[in-house]
Amino acid sequence: MTLPNAHKARRLVPEPTLMNMTTSPNDGVTNAGEIIAVEPAVTDLPGHRLVLGADKPMRLASGQLLGPFTVAYQTYGTLNADKSNAILVCHALTGDQYVAEAHPVTGRPGWWERVVGPGLTVDTERYFVICVNVLAGCMGSAGPKDIDPRTGHPFGLDFPLITITDMVAAQKLVVEHLGIEKLFAVIGGSMGAMQTLEWAARYPEMVFCAIPIAGAARHSAQNIAFHEVGRQAIMADPNWAGGDYYGHDTRPERGLAVARMAAHITYLSDSALHTKFGRNLQDRQAVTFGFDADFQIESYLRHQGRSFVDRFDANSYLYITRAMDYFDMAAEHGDNLALAFEKSPVRFCLISFTSDWLFPTSESRRIVHALNAVAAPVSFVEIETESGHDAFLLEEPEFFRILSGFLQGAADIHGLGSARV
Amino acid sequence: MNKPESGIAARLRIDQRLIADMIAPGSRVLDVGCGDGILLDRLVHEREVDGRGIELSQEGVNNCVSRGLAVVQGDAQTDLINYPDDAFDYVILSQTLPAIFDVKGLLAEMLRIGHRAIVSFPNFAYWRLRADLFFGGRSPVSRRLPYAWHESPNIRFFTLTDFTVLLDEMGLATEKIVTIDGPGNVATREHIGPWSNLLTEQAVFLISRG
Repeated sequence: MTLPNAHKARRLVPEPTLMNMTTSPNDGVTNAGEIIAVEPAVTDLPGHRLVLGADKPMRLASGQLLGPFTVAYQTYGTLNADKSNAILVCHALTGDQYVAEAHPVTGRPGWWERVVGPGLTVDTERYFVICVNVLAGCMGSAGPKDIDPRTGHPFGLDFPLITITDMVAAQKLVVEHLGIEKLFAVIGGSMGAMQTLEWAARYPEMVFCAIPIAGAARHSAQNIAFHEVGRQAIMADPNWAGGDYYGHDTRPERGLAVARMAAHITYLSDSALHTKFGRNLQDRQAVTFGFDADFQIESYLRHQGRSFVDRFDANSYLYITRAMDYFDMAAEHGDNLALAFEKSPVRFCLISFTSDWLFPTSESRRIVHALNAVAAPVSFVEIETESGHDAFLLEEPEFFRILSGFLQGAADIHGLGSARV
Repeated sequence: MNKPESGIAARLRIDQRLIADMIAPGSRVLDVGCGDGILLDRLVHEREVDGRGIELSQEGVNNCVSRGLAVVQGDAQTDLINYPDDAFDYVILSQTLPAIFDVKGLLAEMLRIGHRAIVSFPNFAYWRLRADLFFGGRSPVSRRLPYAWHESPNIRFFTLTDFTVLLDEMGLATEKIVTIDGPGNVATREHIGPWSNLLTEQAVFLISRG
């Protein structure tokens, strides 16, 4: 298969070869049941490392067994004596475990420094905050750029397909390693919300309250479509080389940048783009009758794409987007989402944003209805904002007020009171 | 723990206090149209109920959730259908019934998902309202019905007697009626006669399946 309009995109994406367009991630993968060991390729990043699955490999949703493998995580604050003040923060697609500190690669502030920190909404003087780099990620947890000990080379697309369930299963092992029997809260936005829901459904006895933000219990057709555009952009980059680019001087940077540019549009809203950029021109008085970045929005997106490739692995992007695509909590319950949460003792707080068209309020409401159907304790608010899907990462005082109030209420019930550890 | 409980209790309306008194501690309660969650907050913190709420206004929901209550943004008239049978011991509807389109449908839903319903509402046959209409020739505006006719969210104007007739029609059982007159005197009544229909400004009904 070739893209019929590939010639039009030649400036950004060289024409794909037949080979890399048809390569399936399952080609050459081991059979279900075989134990896959992973040797970490990245070892110089700050933070905690934990080797899992050494004694007993972890079974993946694909049926493959993983072990030993490494996960990287960060913690903030102090675990109290009875280990009751732990909050697991689940990061989104392109996030990582560096929630509340400068990013070790880019030097930029942590992705949730507005929310997590001393005296902030998720107060690290009060709570012990954990964030685990997801499986298939590229910041220290096992992923496609790690070494396959069977070959001595990076896995590339021979790395097993990972699901949201698998990511959460690995997080559970980290939580258990820390000696925590029950998390006070699991919080996450976007893909983090998917993990949060999965935690509440899969391990309800380990979660006191769950806060899925701008999330969904399934990835919609539209969302899968956008992800597929991103993946095809990566795979169409000749430097991608079927996923086996690690030993080369070049990486599929242009493909990954285009994937990021397309995805970034979905994180914003039309009105936010209009307010921020409008049709403003970039450092010029008139259009140039060419294909330079005449418009500020073009320049902005190109910058977003360029800066992303410095910190993210293209194959990780393929794997993690795929994990989101496969997510459908109702599927294993005969399409009845309520059954996923039956008898759940978890207290839920769902938050959506009015201008989020990627994970619209209707998806959160669908979860609320399912939770109502099993009479689960649930709070649900929709925050008025024009910031789109990314609102959960931005300065949204009303969102902070609600998150803080819900956490305080839950802490009272959980017996955490307002005392600081 | 960070909330002044007495302050919240003091801000309860009189009908909310009467509703709170009808609810057994430790029960499961859904407050439909819970507003800022003042009643729910008191029930949760002082009666140890398992309290939930539905509220249409975003501002109300945000205030509820930020005080730690399990409240969802939703519409009483469409969203009760999602709850299972017998999910609650009590389903509360305080001062919201005049704004409801399908009154019978809502009452039936409340008593499907709850063993009992508690409904408070203003009495349109209260003598001051009758006098406004009779002598003034104007649609009544009162502290319980504070809107001019053209901007009121209320679409149902009904009396105490109207409501008891409806409950009879629906075959529902009235377990308790508490009336409040203009000066604020509270009385528990077995039934509603013409006199109480004239003097009662608002009432609270405890209803169960017939």
